[in-house]
Amino acid sequence: MTEPMVRAEAVHKRFGRNEVLRGIDLVVEPGEVLCLLGPSGSGKSTFLRCINHLEKINSGRLSVDGELVGYRDVGDKLHELRESEIARKRAEIGMVFQHFNLFGNMTALENVSCAPIRVKHESREQARGRARELLDRVGLADKHDSYPSQLSGGQQQRVAIARALAMEPKLMLFDEPTSALDPELVGEVLDVMRALSTELGMTMVVVTHEMGFAREVADKVVFMDDGVVVEEGPPAELLANPRHERTRAFLSKVL
Amino acid sequence: MSAVRDTGVEGRPEDIRAVPVRRPGRWIAAAVVLIIAVAIIHSVATNPRFEWDVVGEYLFDERILEGLRITIELTIISMAIGIVLGVLLAVMRLSPNPLVSGGSWVYIWFFRGTPVLVQIIFWYFISALYPKIDLGIPFGPSFIHGNANTLIHPFTAAILALGLNEGAYMAEIVRAGIISVDEGQSDAAHSLGMTRLQTMRRIVLPQAMRVIIPPTGNETISMLKTTSLVSVIAVGELLYAAQAIYAVNFKTIPLLITASIWYLVCTSVLYVGQYYLERYYGRGSSREEPLTAGQRMRRLLLIRHEHGGGAGGQ
Repeated sequence: MTEPMVRAEAVHKRFGRNEVLRGIDLVVEPGEVLCLLGPSGSGKSTFLRCINHLEKINSGRLSVDGELVGYRDVGDKLHELRESEIARKRAEIGMVFQHFNLFGNMTALENVSCAPIRVKHESREQARGRARELLDRVGLADKHDSYPSQLSGGQQQRVAIARALAMEPKLMLFDEPTSALDPELVGEVLDVMRALSTELGMTMVVVTHEMGFAREVADKVVFMDDGVVVEEGPPAELLANPRHERTRAFLSKVL
Repeated sequence: MSAVRDTGVEGRPEDIRAVPVRRPGRWIAAAVVLIIAVAIIHSVATNPRFEWDVVGEYLFDERILEGLRITIELTIISMAIGIVLGVLLAVMRLSPNPLVSGGSWVYIWFFRGTPVLVQIIFWYFISALYPKIDLGIPFGPSFIHGNANTLIHPFTAAILALGLNEGAYMAEIVRAGIISVDEGQSDAAHSLGMTRLQTMRRIVLPQAMRVIIPPTGNETISMLKTTSLVSVIAVGELLYAAQAIYAVNFKTIPLLITASIWYLVCTSVLYVGQYYLERYYGRGSSREEPLTAGQRMRRLLLIRHEHGGGAGGQ
């Protein structure tokens, strides 16, 4: 039996008194593309941020590739990981943000080659060489030396994907990657994501409102509402015949 | 098929040539300013009590130049201390540890809350408070020890007072800069496996610079002038040098003018430096790089040339 890439058991997360995640159980298998759907405020993004420990969970167990996120099992006690250990684990998980979050003080090429140089201690030439390849692959061969402010939203997001890929992650997290884009730019980003799945077999967890993408690319779709998983299943089934009333209500609004 | 508009030079429509609106108010205002300027220049040039010949005589006097050197030295060292201390205090201030951030808060509160002149005199008389100074591990071995009177001479006191005071102001400037950087930048850096220190050094601080540089330039210019305060503890900077000369020959006004000219020269140089620093750290933040003064001049001449000589021209 192989370990799932992500395993969540009864994951809870509070912000002060506000309970955002109220017991999430979920499994993502290696090579799988999982789309998280749900109304805003349902905790999708928070759950995604918990997976690479940008947010600390309050209770439950969350593991990536068989290892707990943020903690270590010592006997029957959990020990918090040191910052350097957390950083090392994050380096294996790529993340793409709604607002791109490209480093504004760096060109596209520097954005992509920065972490391999600083975190993986690759040589400058090697990192830049691979960064060039990645930028070419996401269709930005002519934008290597542009600063983020000189790029369109779709171009920025593709640089952000290349930046995450440069660390050769085993898992990619996408937090509403197309929500901040103009409609005509959504396609170019989705094309790159689709290629990630079909060509590289990348394991991906995608928070999205793009039902077309979910239907076409996802292996599994999870519908979340109010901090819990309402239902999950293959996209064809869940999107066509939702069993739950809340899912049905949501889908009727977005489809 | 839709018609393609000709945007080439050949088909460029002729520029509008209209009779401009008359603006008598502007002409009157300009005339008033001109008259006032002429009056001031005339009075400054003809009033013999300015004694411009004396100003010229002392402008490159050895003692004045030595004072200028000390003023520049004080400015550079105090600002260096202030900037390093400011970054440290700002990062401390943002620390999750309440004792660390509290310590930084108290420091800033104290050094911003008392006049710098008082602090200068205070450091000068520190030997009255601590006759002996031991620098080392608290309650442990000491590395430097000696008589405060010999360790803290006026120049050291001036550096300490100006540098420690500047640190408090720089801390607030740096903190504002750090806060101005979007949190998403840290999220992205962390998600790539960077540690907090790397994130601060490689991602946050370089972008905070855009916000930090302009007020730091102002602080440097302000520091250059504040150094004149240490004349009260007999540090031989520019103002003190001028005072020392006019105490003997009673040419008070010309020597103050001499000092002022040098202050103006220095602040002017700093203005130019600040402009280029801002330009450097502003890269990536706007679509077009701001032009240097030289480039702007060239562009202005180019446009003139184009208008005058018709199409073409480089």
